[in-house]
Amino acid sequence: MASLIFYLFAGFLLLFAALVVSVRNPVYAVLFLIGCFFNAAGLFLMMGAEFVAFILLIVYVGAVAVLFLFIVMMLDLAAKPRRYALRRYGVIGGLVAMALLVQLVTVALSWISHPQAFSSVDASAIENTRALGLVLYTTYAYPFELAGLILLVAMIGAIVLTQRERGDVRRQKVFHQKQITVSDAIEIKKVPTGQGGDL
Amino acid sequence: MTIGLSHFLVVSAVLFVIGVTGIILNRRNLLVLLMAIELVLLSANINFVAFSVFQHNLIGQVFTIMVLTVAAAETAIGLAILVIYFRNRGDIAVENATLLKG
Repeated sequence: MASLIFYLFAGFLLLFAALVVSVRNPVYAVLFLIGCFFNAAGLFLMMGAEFVAFILLIVYVGAVAVLFLFIVMMLDLAAKPRRYALRRYGVIGGLVAMALLVQLVTVALSWISHPQAFSSVDASAIENTRALGLVLYTTYAYPFELAGLILLVAMIGAIVLTQRERGDVRRQKVFHQKQITVSDAIEIKKVPTGQGGDL
Repeated sequence: MTIGLSHFLVVSAVLFVIGVTGIILNRRNLLVLLMAIELVLLSANINFVAFSVFQHNLIGQVFTIMVLTVAAAETAIGLAILVIYFRNRGDIAVENATLLKG
């Protein structure tokens, strides 16, 4: 039963991944990417890594994939046929892919773990999320903070990159507003009685 | 037949190869290139989690969270660059990105 579930998730994961890189409409590619993430989360759940599985769903499906969808909408791309230059790059791509696949599968099938690698933090005693929390906020507190800093830098970078000055939009100039004194804003005129004044 | 470490490693390897092949063969769309990079990072994550679970060592899952963070940052910056590139060129085809060619 477990193997059936594994082959289901793995098969759909690889099928959707192949569709992501081969389908011609980018919107469909994003949707298949979301399918990929769902099936990968299923694999993570099968292994008993619940926290990472749901983080994958929340971060990727909830944020990254939606970001991709928004960019697809912003860019206004016509669904042009994706022209693969198969003649020029098919051979190179196929060779690289075959070499990588053979190497990685060989490594994966002949893997023997070092006995001393079984170490320190044992996840099996308590549930996964609690165990992760126990190490993430103590032993790995500084890397965790650093991850937050990376996200902050990425956020500022994305805002700065995409911001543009538009001539047809009036912007608030806070500095100039703050610099205005009473003498700039108000002019006091003596108006002679009975004669009026000009502006 | 029980599902062992090797099964997950093979799935991860195939996913990685699909991602790399997508990067190499893609000539038309920078957006799909970013998605292929996401696939590669996902395969790395599957590797990390598989080793972490089968060796009873949580550090792999901690590292997965770091990879997720960096992947999200990379996506945000990459898409921002894509947007300004599209604003300048009106096109995001990979084969037309030859401004630095001289």
